[in-house]
Amino acid sequence: MSDSPYVSTTNACKLCTPLGAALAFRGVEGAIPFLHGSQGCATYMRRYIISHFREPMDIASSALGEKQAVFGGGPNLKKGILNVMSKYGASVVGVATTCLTETIGDDVPRLLAEFRKEFADLPLPEIVHVSTPSYSGTHMEGWHAAVAALASQLVTEKAPDHRRVNLMPGLVSPSDLRHFKEILADFGVAATVLPDISDSMDRPALLDYEKLPAGGTTLADIRAMSGALGSIECGRAVHVVESAGANLENRFGVPNVSLGIPIGIRETDAFFAALEKLTGVTTPAKYINERGRLVDAYVDGHKYVAGKRAIVYGEEDMVIAMVAFLAEIGVKPILAATGSTCKNFKAALAEVTAGLLPEPPEARLGVDFHDIAEQAADLAPDLLVGHSKGYTYAKAWDVPLLRVGFPIHDRFGGQRMRHVAYGGAQELFDRLVNTILERKQEASAVGYGYL
Amino acid sequence: MEQAIFEERRDQIHRTGEGPFELACNRDSLAGAVSQRACVFCGSRVVLYPIADALHLVHGPIGCAVYTWDIRGALSSGPELHRLSFSTDLQEKDVIFGGEKKLKAALLELIERHQPKAAFVYATCIVGIIGDDVAAVCRDVAAKTGIPVIPVQSEGFKGNKREGYAAACKAMFTLTGTGDISDISPISINILGDFNLAGEIWIIRDYFKRMGVETVANITGDGRVDDIRRAHGAALNVVQCSGATMELAKMLQEKYGTPFIRASYLGIEDMADSLYAVAEHFKDRDPGIVERTQQVVREELAVLLPQLKQYRKDLEGKRVAIYVGGAFKAFSLIKAFRHLGMKVVLVGSQTGTSEDYEELAAICDPGTVVVDDSNPLELSKYVRELDVDLFVGGVKERPIAHKLGVGFCDHNHERKEALEGFVGMLNFAREVHASATSPIWQFVPRREAMAKASKGEGI
Repeated sequence: MSDSPYVSTTNACKLCTPLGAALAFRGVEGAIPFLHGSQGCATYMRRYIISHFREPMDIASSALGEKQAVFGGGPNLKKGILNVMSKYGASVVGVATTCLTETIGDDVPRLLAEFRKEFADLPLPEIVHVSTPSYSGTHMEGWHAAVAALASQLVTEKAPDHRRVNLMPGLVSPSDLRHFKEILADFGVAATVLPDISDSMDRPALLDYEKLPAGGTTLADIRAMSGALGSIECGRAVHVVESAGANLENRFGVPNVSLGIPIGIRETDAFFAALEKLTGVTTPAKYINERGRLVDAYVDGHKYVAGKRAIVYGEEDMVIAMVAFLAEIGVKPILAATGSTCKNFKAALAEVTAGLLPEPPEARLGVDFHDIAEQAADLAPDLLVGHSKGYTYAKAWDVPLLRVGFPIHDRFGGQRMRHVAYGGAQELFDRLVNTILERKQEASAVGYGYL
Repeated sequence: MEQAIFEERRDQIHRTGEGPFELACNRDSLAGAVSQRACVFCGSRVVLYPIADALHLVHGPIGCAVYTWDIRGALSSGPELHRLSFSTDLQEKDVIFGGEKKLKAALLELIERHQPKAAFVYATCIVGIIGDDVAAVCRDVAAKTGIPVIPVQSEGFKGNKREGYAAACKAMFTLTGTGDISDISPISINILGDFNLAGEIWIIRDYFKRMGVETVANITGDGRVDDIRRAHGAALNVVQCSGATMELAKMLQEKYGTPFIRASYLGIEDMADSLYAVAEHFKDRDPGIVERTQQVVREELAVLLPQLKQYRKDLEGKRVAIYVGGAFKAFSLIKAFRHLGMKVVLVGSQTGTSEDYEELAAICDPGTVVVDDSNPLELSKYVRELDVDLFVGGVKERPIAHKLGVGFCDHNHERKEALEGFVGMLNFAREVHASATSPIWQFVPRREAMAKASKGEGI
């Protein structure tokens, strides 16, 4: 499965499965993520997520100790949910398993069924569970699995038809999500974005510490997803057994369109085409103009970036999207690497670069930074594109790093970085060109004032 | 407001002056309480992390290794192997069939690639469950490679961070006593429990050097395997931090008769007291040491004190909450804040012992809240209620403070500013001052509302 020639992993290019699930659950209104495992997992993931978003991230834990690891974590799971109910007043509890509870064999669906029966006299929250053993998959896969669990477990009936569009955006920034919602609003449809971390992970300063941050997809909206005009699911590497969009299509006949994360012109064109088709509305002039300005910028800046060689790494969906973007501006993605072993990665890379590159970039799955670094010496990149974890390598090779994706914890404002649609590509393009200009200026002995 | 406290945690919180002091601690975190604590693995990783020429291999699924990848500010003056993140990245088939083979192959591969002086293998939760014989694999690989390969029994669910400290000490103890100690000065120490965050141990070593004391091993900041092998040759162990390396000091005392003293390098008194305690210990063997130590302290204070005064002017009377990993650090912080004229109103830790808390309560002003193993709901409740101006903690506490419009000082293993030593006290004052006196707080809604209320405008 993995392209790595090694048994060991050095500086992984992925995070563990439950982290993605916990983050996704944070995008549901009134929800608290709950990790069924030992205390450390929840704490580590909180720390990690906080370092990117700089927002509180309360993740509850069943805090299993040695006894529970031997006799089963059921009692702690139940007690933990009761505690979360009483102190957080959560209306949704998103339970994700960890490697520990998967291995001791806790049957979470059964435990939850028991819980619902035992405490039937209490006003119980919705409890969604997802199996996220960290020995299988990545944080991206955990994210998609949690989204699929939300759709399959919370959408239980066919809702009356309405003019909303379901959007499963993938793991993009809060700023991206706000932009998505703006676009859909401009098409005259309300969006049910699942999950929606745009508010909960990028909060305004408020009067008080919020136990549960406001924002997130509402339960009512989630339940109504079965009556939507259709679903758009972003991410060309989504490879859960049945994605949220597929599930809603299979059970309720909600048409599902599966697309890449719309970064760059071609992928965004496909996104707008899907919206036109679903809504019957033509793309508003605002976006035609944005697209025009983007093309104009591409033209103005093309020579600065032409032929630059980029290594792209990170979450599979983001890598594919960035390769699509780089290919269309004339940057040569020479290596697309991910820690995931998802099956459709290579095919997706071929698809997004067709007609733009003589051949798709070399794709490597299941690799770590050590693998990437070994190859990089021969590849002689001009640029790295990915999250913060590539920094040490960029420094060692003295090439700039264009930061995208998650986590970005060596820069400020990761949560406000926009990537999607024409506007997002515009910001990325400007950043990229300026990065290259800056490098050129700094490397020049005379330092031209005009470039 | 009161409802922020979990009924089962009521006895883990105390307000000084209200009844006799009793505080429950060192118990398992409450399920669902969003504890700020990590796990046994975390405890071991923190302690051993800065040994820079050792290979640190985390045996488990990817998360444990990746979340601890280079998150510490522990610097090395030489090799930097500790800054890489090694894992066996266990997959489903390893969980089913056992991970021993993979562990062995990973170790052989990595040892060949990096030629480390030793390897530490951390057992994570899942390894404890699937029952891999980590010790046997380590023995096998040690025999093949000729370097010490040391298992660290740090299964996450087997207690809290403190157990992790103990596991780390046990692992290190297997190294001590194996190096040549013939050329070690009789006036010599090991520095235990300092992690060289932002180069702090270099500051401390310099003081000891000026006093005429040889440092044999730094354990573990800027640590080297060969130094630890010689650690039993030092005349004295100077142990900082309440939990992390105390076990090791005790083991060294028991086996080699090396005495130990506790120290802290944070703040003015504790820094000076630590140096004087070492001088005191050696004064019979080296009569000049007391005077040299006084000289060091005098020189440093002459630089520090006038500068501190400036900061104190603005900080006088401000109120502080302290929530840190280990309780021992809290003592020094309380004293350091007194130098800045600030008042500590809340103090807590993830892993304090009852003695720690008793002593803490004794040095706090009446009305101070003392709390064990806290969580965001409690901490935010007290920050509001006690009207705190500055919070001292780590990454997970930062957003709690910021959301409530309260200044913050990062004081954990991730910090990149040196806060130890006399110069560290100045850095600390500067950081506290920068945050607590920032003009931005007047725009924060809670502060705006409070300002209006105090002018009688109502909220």
